[in-house]
This record gives sequence, C-alpha cells and structure tokens, in this order.
Amino acid sequence: MRHGKYRFIIGFLAIPLALYGVLVISPFVQDFQISLTDWTGLTPDKHYIGFENYRKIIHNHLFWQSLWHNVLLLLIVPVVTLALGLFFAFMLNVGGRRKGSASVAGVWGSGGYKIIFFFPQVLSVAVIAILWQQIYNPDPDEGLLNVLLKGVGIGGQTWLGDPKLALACIMAVMVWANVGFYVVLFSAGMASIPTEIYEASLLDGANRSTTFFRVTLPLLADTVATGWVYMGIIAMDAFAYVQLMSVNDGGPNEKTDVVPLLLFKTAFRDNSQYGLAAAMGVAMLIVTLVFAALTLRLARRDRLEF
Amino acid sequence: MGSEFNRRDAIKRAMAIGVVAIPSASLLSACASSSGGDKNKPVATGTKSAANPLGVKNGAPLEAFVFKGGFGDDYIKSAETVYNTTYGTTVKHTGTQGIGPKLQPRFANNTPPDFMDNSGADNLDTAALAKEGKLLDLTPLLDAPTIDDPSKKVRDVLVAGTVEQGQFGSQAMYALNYAFTVYGSWYSNKLFQEKGWTYPKTFDEMIALGAKTKAAGIALFTYPGKYPYYVHFDLLAQIGKVGGKEVLNAIDDLEDGAFQVDAVKTVLAYYEELAAKKYFLAGSEGKTHIQMQTDWTKGKAALVADGSWVENEAAPTMPKDFDLAVGPLVGAGDSDKMPFGTLYAAAGEPFIVAANGKNPAGGMELLRIMLAKKQTDNFTNTIKSLTCVANSAEGLTLTPGLASANTALKAAGSNVLNARIQDWYKKLNNETIGNLTAQLLTGDITAAKWIEGAQKASDATKKDSSVPKFKHSA
Repeated sequence: MRHGKYRFIIGFLAIPLALYGVLVISPFVQDFQISLTDWTGLTPDKHYIGFENYRKIIHNHLFWQSLWHNVLLLLIVPVVTLALGLFFAFMLNVGGRRKGSASVAGVWGSGGYKIIFFFPQVLSVAVIAILWQQIYNPDPDEGLLNVLLKGVGIGGQTWLGDPKLALACIMAVMVWANVGFYVVLFSAGMASIPTEIYEASLLDGANRSTTFFRVTLPLLADTVATGWVYMGIIAMDAFAYVQLMSVNDGGPNEKTDVVPLLLFKTAFRDNSQYGLAAAMGVAMLIVTLVFAALTLRLARRDRLEF
Repeated sequence: MGSEFNRRDAIKRAMAIGVVAIPSASLLSACASSSGGDKNKPVATGTKSAANPLGVKNGAPLEAFVFKGGFGDDYIKSAETVYNTTYGTTVKHTGTQGIGPKLQPRFANNTPPDFMDNSGADNLDTAALAKEGKLLDLTPLLDAPTIDDPSKKVRDVLVAGTVEQGQFGSQAMYALNYAFTVYGSWYSNKLFQEKGWTYPKTFDEMIALGAKTKAAGIALFTYPGKYPYYVHFDLLAQIGKVGGKEVLNAIDDLEDGAFQVDAVKTVLAYYEELAAKKYFLAGSEGKTHIQMQTDWTKGKAALVADGSWVENEAAPTMPKDFDLAVGPLVGAGDSDKMPFGTLYAAAGEPFIVAANGKNPAGGMELLRIMLAKKQTDNFTNTIKSLTCVANSAEGLTLTPGLASANTALKAAGSNVLNARIQDWYKKLNNETIGNLTAQLLTGDITAAKWIEGAQKASDATKKDSSVPKFKHSA
C-alpha cells in the first residue's frame, strides 16, 4: 500500500522535475562547464583551461564597474518601483474619500488610472526603449523632455549622453515600465484584506497614512517580498534597456554598462569568447542567488490568516 | 493514513531522484554538442565546364541565410532566381536582422548554411570564424571567369581594396564585401550655394567655415553620440591623409607608439579646436544616428561624417531639393602626404561561404551571379549604393548623393584610404577609442589625453592573447 503511493506520487512528479532539470538546471550546469573552457561558440571543439576565465574576470575593472551598476540598479529600482506601486495601489483602492455606504474606496477615477498605469506593461521593452529614446532626444525642439523643460525655463539636458545622468535616465524608464504591474499586483493583495479591518481602524480614528503603515503594509508584506525578488531579478538583468537605450553600448564612457551587456558583448562581439562570457554568467548567478536568499530570509515572518 | 505517508518525504525523495537525473541529462547533451567533429558530409560537386567554372552540381540544394537590414534582401533573391533556373533547384532562403544569434548554433553544430550575408549589428565575428577555419577560401571564385565577359577573371573586375578587405592576415579571401561605401563629410549642396559657402580643403578653412555657419545659426558638424565611432570615418582617414598610409597602417597593426606621431597630433588638435569653439551641434553626444541625420536634414548642422548609405537612411526626412554631396577629407594643407581629394572608401556587407557546408561550390556560384552586370545594376538602382565591381555604376542614372560619391571616388583614383582597425579590432575602435572621442568632442578631455588613452588601449589590445591579430601585408 505504502509502496504504491510513492510510486503514484513520483509518477506525477517525474515529468515536471524532468522538465525542470532539462530546461532550468542543465543550462546552469552547462554554463559552469563552458566557463572552464576556452570555447568560442563557433566550433564543437573546446579545451579545459581551469579557472583562467574567473581569474580574467577578477582582474577586469570593467566587470567590477558593470557589477557596481547592477548593484546600484538593485538598490534603487526595486525600492522606487515598489514604493510607487504601493502608493498608487493604496490611493486607487483604499485612499479615497468615504462615500455613501462603501467604507473603503479609491480616489475618483481610479478605474481609469489602473488602465493607464498598466499600459507600459503591454508594450515590449524594445518599444519602450525606442519611445524613451525620442523623449530623451537632446534636441531643444524635438526632444519631448527638453521642450517641456524649456517651457518652464530650464535649459536642455543631454540625458542619455550625459555621463552623470545616463544611468538615472535608464533607471527611470525601468521604473516607468514596471510600476503598473505592481499597482495591479498590490491592488489584488489589498482586495484580499477584509474591509472589517479597515472599518475598525477608521472607527479608531486612523487617517490615511496610519491606515497605510499600520494596516495595509503589514498585511501585504508577503506580496511585497515577492515583488521585491521579481524586481531584483529585472534590475540584475537590465540588459535590453541598456543595450537599446545607452549610447555606445553601455556608454557614455561605460557609465551605464551592466554585467549582462558585458557578457553579451564578450560572447557575440569581442572575438566570440563564450568561455569568458559563461564565467560572467556564473558570477551573475551567484549574485542573484545571494540576493534572492537574503530577500526571502529578511521577509520571513509569521503569516496572518484571514 | 497520515502516519504512514509523509508528503514532505515523498517530495524529498523525488527531488533526490531529480538531482541524480539532472547531471546525467547534461552529460548527454554535452556529448551531443561536442561530438560534431568534421564528419564526412556529402559535398555536392558537379563537372566543371566553361559555363560552370566552379563545378556546381545540378539540382543540389543550396541554403542562403542572409542579413535583411537597410539593403533588404530582394537583391539577393534576384540572384537566387537566376541560380534556380540555371541549376534546376530552389535556394532555401532565410532573411533576418539578427544574423549572429541564429547562425551561431549552426556553426557550433557544424551544420552551417552554405551562403551567408554576415552583416548588421548582431553579426558574427567574421575574423573569429575565419580563424576557426569555418569559412571557405574564395580564391577559386576570384580566379573564375566573370559571367559578362569570360575573358576576364572576377579578381580583375573588383574595385581595388575589395580583396584585401576580405583577408584576415593571410592571402586567403574569406569574405566578399559586396557593397562599396564612400565615406566623407556629407552636406546639402543647396544649403552651401544659398549661403555662398564652399567645401573647405584644410583644417584652417574648415574652422573659418565654422565661424560663418555659426553666424548663420547653424552648427558646423553633428555626430551620433550613440555611435561615436562615426567620427572615426573622418578622423582616422585624416590621420592617413596627413601622415601617409604607413601611419594609418601602423595604427591598424597596433604598433608601439603608433598614435604618438605628428600626424595624429595635428588631426587631434583640429578636433580639440572644433570642440573648444563649440562647432558641434549641442546635444549631439546623446543622439542616435537617426536623430543626428534628422537634425542635419533639417539644416541644424552643415556637415556629418557618414557613409554613402546616408542617402537611403536619411531619405524619409531629406527634402527633395537637398542636393546631397560628399566632400573629400580635409587636411593640414600642402604639407600633407596625400593630396586633397583623398577619400576613405571601403567595401562592406560581407558575404561568406561555409567551409563545411553541403554545397560550397553553389555558394560561390551565387556570389559570381551577384557580380554580373544585371545584378549589380539592380543593386545600385534599387538600393542606391555602389557595388564592389569597378565602374559598375557607369551608364546608370544616379541619385545626387550617389553621383557625388561616384565622382569623388573617380577623382581620388588610387588615393583611397581604409582604416582596418575598424573591422579588425571592433572593441578597441568602437568602444574604447570611441569613448575617448565622445569625451574629446564634448571638451571633457584634451587631444593629448585622447592620444595617451588610445595608445594605452592599443597596447592593451596587443597584449591580450584572446584577440586574434592581423597585419597589413608589407
């Protein structure tokens, strides 16, 4: 009897686990295997060269600079995106004035806002990047941002061409592109919070910010933690945004280069060094794993059942 | 039931099985990808004859995998139609923008297409492919008779420099660069005539022109900050004009101190002065090439360093009466090693044939068809670009920019420069030195710093054993 059950369970798990193994785990293992070789990606031949590629990465200042940019993205983009997402979701669902019988309501026109916020999510990254390239056009008559700034009497900026601004410009686009998804995600989370809790806090005289920090945020902690991991992974990647938008592939003067872009250039442009690129991939894997483990550990807390 | 069965245990055991199964799966796939080798694939060969000098086998399949970018791929399809009717087959045609990511696994598995146009931003590194022995030496094609005149060899009808452009450190030619691009400073003849400006011959005259254009509210130059190496089309060639071909070759060959010579200092001082006088359109450092071209066609800047493709690329915003013209390289003056009229021109759009494809003779034959007058005329008429076949534009009605480029190329005669650093050492030229150029043009670094940085980067490339090295043949 007992034996039969195991066979039953394993029978169900075998296919998903095999898929996971082939599609997820095996590329990681192969990536590590390739990182120990001098493979060019253009021939079936590869030679094992030990940890030579890792030694090269450690001595490559451009790698460390790119990794630093990833870390900056990781520190700033999720915080800003999630904070904005939470704020908007709160205003759309709970933050409105009380009206009629409903004790909890969003601000006026919240249905329309929800659609507008979600809009960037349906655009592909390539479309977003081209769109923003036009917005960031440094021309005083053609660039949307510069025209707006001129309207309020501020001189034009070079945006993506300015070494001090370029990375911030790309971060802003990443936030813009992703915030809508979190508005929807957090809205769904807020919808599952029982209205009695809000009503009770209202009876106790809580204002909007107290409601947000004492009721909404603690009850949404799990959703926020999940969102944090997703955003972190987007920030660690950032490849498409940087490759499409930055000047001179990670410029100006390598001020926006990120590890995935460096990896891409190493594999596809700079004499096809797949082995070296694979080693960068392994380094990224380690950084991402550490980030995910830390986030999930910090976010672990008792769950409130309702 | 609960005591005899524990869900967590079951998952753990299933995981354990998975962990055992995973490495074996990857071992299997590792075997599959490393067992390619040079298998004895059947290679299609036919009998050679006067009409079929390369020995193409009738009816043998041929696969063409080509870049479909600014030129489209209709001109290749047109040649394929001829191939199809001649050899009784249908060429399997794929046109794509992302050529590299799609071709890479084909090469890695030793199943490459026969015929490829390896162009575009995502192209594979032709030099690396050549070094790995993946490409067919096209010498038999060069020695084959042309289709139009069997008394002439293909080699003899190509524009000078085409064969060299396809060589990578040996006599073998691995790539046939089909389109011929004339580089220079492009301008609107109409604007220049209206304002009474003439295209300058020297650095001093150019700077004087800058004062005039500025007075008219027009910037002298603009450039795309997204691709700062556009500026190198002029800058590097000017080094060659001032100091002679050897100076430029020394830079290409990564020689010690190649950048620390007078010619480089003279040219860089000129760019430093242009930057200091703010003769580059403000904001250029943040622009794409399309935004840059739009500013230029709208008359915000007088000149752009660009290639002859600009006529096609900027067409959507170029006024009908723009009267596009190209100016040859300006230099220091009479002391220059090469006269005024010297041009930077090079063959581009590399076509390659796989060394271990199924039908290498067919791949070469398709190229031979493309070099026939009927196909080059079609290319020049529809794409508005010159081809690597000498004088192939004769007798055609050319658009203003193309006609100007054709005239300039004829006037230059043998004074044609080509900086190979641009295709031999892409990272060095585009990214490292490109970043220095971007900073020079915004006035963030001096010419001396540019030279110091460029020399350092060149030395670092020379020392890097992972970068394959090339030399000009003496």
